[in-house]
Order: sequence, then structure tokens, then C-alpha cells
Amino acid sequence: MLNIGILKQGIVIDHIKVGGAMKIYTYLDLENLDCSVAIIKNARSNKMGRKDIIKIEGTLNGINIDILGVLDHKITINIIDNGEIIEKKNPKLPDYVDNVLKCKNPRCITSVENVPHSFKLTDREKGTYRCIYCEQSSK
Amino acid sequence: MRHIISPTDLNLTELDELLNLSEDIIKDPAKYSDACYRKKLATLFYEPSTRTRLSFEAAMLNLGGSILGFSSGDASSASKGESVADTIRVISSYADICAIRHPKEGAPYVASLHSSIPVINAGDGGHNHPTQTFTDLLTIKNLKGRFDNLTVGFCGDLKFGRTVHSLIGALSRYKNVKFVLISPDELKIPSYIKEETLDAQNIPYKEVRSLESAIPELDILYMTRVQKERFFNEEDYIRLKDTYILTSRKMALAKEDMLVLHPLPRVNEIATEVDEDPRAVYFKQAEYGVYVRMALIILLLRECEGRPKC
Repeated sequence: MLNIGILKQGIVIDHIKVGGAMKIYTYLDLENLDCSVAIIKNARSNKMGRKDIIKIEGTLNGINIDILGVLDHKITINIIDNGEIIEKKNPKLPDYVDNVLKCKNPRCITSVENVPHSFKLTDREKGTYRCIYCEQSSK
Repeated sequence: MRHIISPTDLNLTELDELLNLSEDIIKDPAKYSDACYRKKLATLFYEPSTRTRLSFEAAMLNLGGSILGFSSGDASSASKGESVADTIRVISSYADICAIRHPKEGAPYVASLHSSIPVINAGDGGHNHPTQTFTDLLTIKNLKGRFDNLTVGFCGDLKFGRTVHSLIGALSRYKNVKFVLISPDELKIPSYIKEETLDAQNIPYKEVRSLESAIPELDILYMTRVQKERFFNEEDYIRLKDTYILTSRKMALAKEDMLVLHPLPRVNEIATEVDEDPRAVYFKQAEYGVYVRMALIILLLRECEGRPKC
């Protein structure tokens, strides 16, 4: 596997579905963060075959880990201190989310009116969210 | 405030109450001729409709109430860019109850979030159409006498057909109901209905292409129109619109007591020769639509009695 160096202190967002890293990068606004960020795409994974990983140097205050789970419910978040994993977190999916997901159904009222993009969790196992207005799946 | 956005907004007990009241109205309509005296129904129709709008209006007039509203988005302030939320806030001060049809899915739900009067979804895009479902259920109850132990075939546009989605959801709550889903590949039922309604409750169903081979086992055949207004591409519509045409020859293959339902309007999917067949009950079904809407208006306004608009 491509090696990006060891983090002294930071966060590793692991087990991201292949191709999903940029969605998380954009949501966390990492582009405007004043620290090093590495995106590893298509990394080999025993568990998933292939996966994406994001490594972020330093601390990220105010991240709602559960919200990251909405974007990809299988991710793992590792908190690193002194080069060691001190904590592993798995997101617990919230029942409702506002303005995290965007409804892609062109027939949905959200496509023409200024209403919040609200989704409800309908299948916790599969991490399926549906638009509260038109019931279209976010996937 | 009670709103009816989806057919499942009524639980089975409430649905029984609605259907029983509908049947009482059928028996003695005069008894209810003043039930909504001095009450106003607003019909907010952002897309064209004949049956639904007129049956809502007939229902309110039959109850001694009054009606106001518009019959297309162009005839309302929506054409000036007014939001559904703003429109319903204003209408709430003009009327006691409203029925809203909108081409965008979820618009009635948005209205319900901002309304201080009961909102009834009169059809939102390809999503829900609860009063059509209540109409279908009243038709089945009256003419078939039961909701359980039925094999129900849905034929035509099962992808965009909101009446199909809603009726499958409603009938799934009864015992020993089987579904036969007859459609071309392009208009198959959405996977979420299969996964979250049918598979989740282990309800038996099969997807087939041939109406002729499916019809002999059906207790109810629910025909649908391929809806031109749901297609972004007219070529697809033209290619698919006449996939299924129910004829007397096909009816000869069906059970003697099978019922043919259709939410109407009908275009080519049922040959007019079938209209004379006693099993073709779609015009009776349209008549039941008025009674069930009368019952729904009564029940919703009854819940508001003594409660100030908030």
C-alpha cells in the first residue's frame, strides 16, 4: 500500500467506500483547513477489497462523527495521539438529518422550493436515508 | 392538526371508521347534507385534474359546504413565484380545510408543515394519492366484500403510478394478499417498494410481462394509464404507452368474479368494449370517490371542532 507517513497527532477516516473520499473532504471543508490532509484512493483492504482513506493532521474540533456516518455508514474514525491509535469510533446514524444530503429527485419539491433537504433513516443496517418529502433514497 | 398526506396516515381502525362512514353516506346521503354547513374547502390544484378536483368539490357541496380554489398553477400566485408555504399560510385564513394537488412530490407535506387547517394530499407527482387509495379500498370493500385472501394484479405503469404504490402499501396491511406486478421492464415498480414494503413483510409477489398469462389467477386487476406527464422524453412515452390493452378477449381468460379497477382517466389501456362487462367497475369506483371524500372531510373537520386555528 502507498505509504503517506505516520501521523503524530490527528484523525484517520478509514474504510471509506471507494470513490467516497471527496464527498467527505468537501463536507468537512478540508480544503480550507490549515493543516496537512492526505487522501488515499483505491487502497487495498482485507475487509472491503478497495477503500478510500483520509488522514488529517492535528485536531478537528466540532466534527459530528455521526453526520459523517450519514455520508458513509461503514467508515471508522481513528483518533491518533503520539503516533498511536487512542480511540476508534464508529458513527451512530442519526434518525433525521437536515442539509447534509441533497435530494436528487428532479420531481421533488426540494428541486423548486427553498426548503431544507431533510432525510430520515429508514434502514439502519444498510444506512439508507430517504427524503422526507418524496421518499427518494439518498443513494 | 390532522393532515392526510399518505394513505398510511390512517391506521386500520381509522380506515375502518372512514369506510364505514362512507357506506353510511351511500345508504342515506340526505342525512349528511348539512354536515359541513358554513365550512369552506379550498381546492389548490397546481396541475390539471378532472375527477379528483370535481369529486372533492362535489363532496363538499353534498355536505352543505362551500368551495374555493384554483385549477392550475398558472391561475395562482405560484406563477409569480409564491412558495407553497406562503400560499397555504394565506389559504388557512380563508378556508376550513384544503385539498392540494401538485406536480412536485412532497409539496402537500410542505403545505402541512405551515398550515393551520387540515391538508389533504390530492396527488403529488408520482408519489402519493391517498384519497384515490381510500376510493379503491371502498370499491373493493363494497364489491368484493373483503381485503384479505386476495390476489391483486397491477398492470401498466408501475414506476410512476402513485395510485399503485399507495394501494400496495394499504393492502399490504391485510392477511394473505398476493401481488402480481405486470409491466414492461422500463416501468417496473420502484425497488424501494419491493424492499421496504413487500420483502420486509414477506408478502408474496411476482413481476411478469404478460397480462394474458397473469389474468386467470387474479381476484382484482388494477389497470393504469402510462402517464405522458411523468416522462421527460416523449419517445419513451410513445414506445410504452400501448404496451397493455385490456380487451374482451383477455377478459374471457379471467375469473367470473374478478374486478377491473382503474383510477381514470383511461386512454387506450382498456378497450371501450370492456365497459359493458359487469366486472368492469371503474366508473362505479369514480362514484365511490365522492362518498369517501365526503367521509374524510367530515372526519377531519370533526377533529378540528372546538379547536382554534393555530
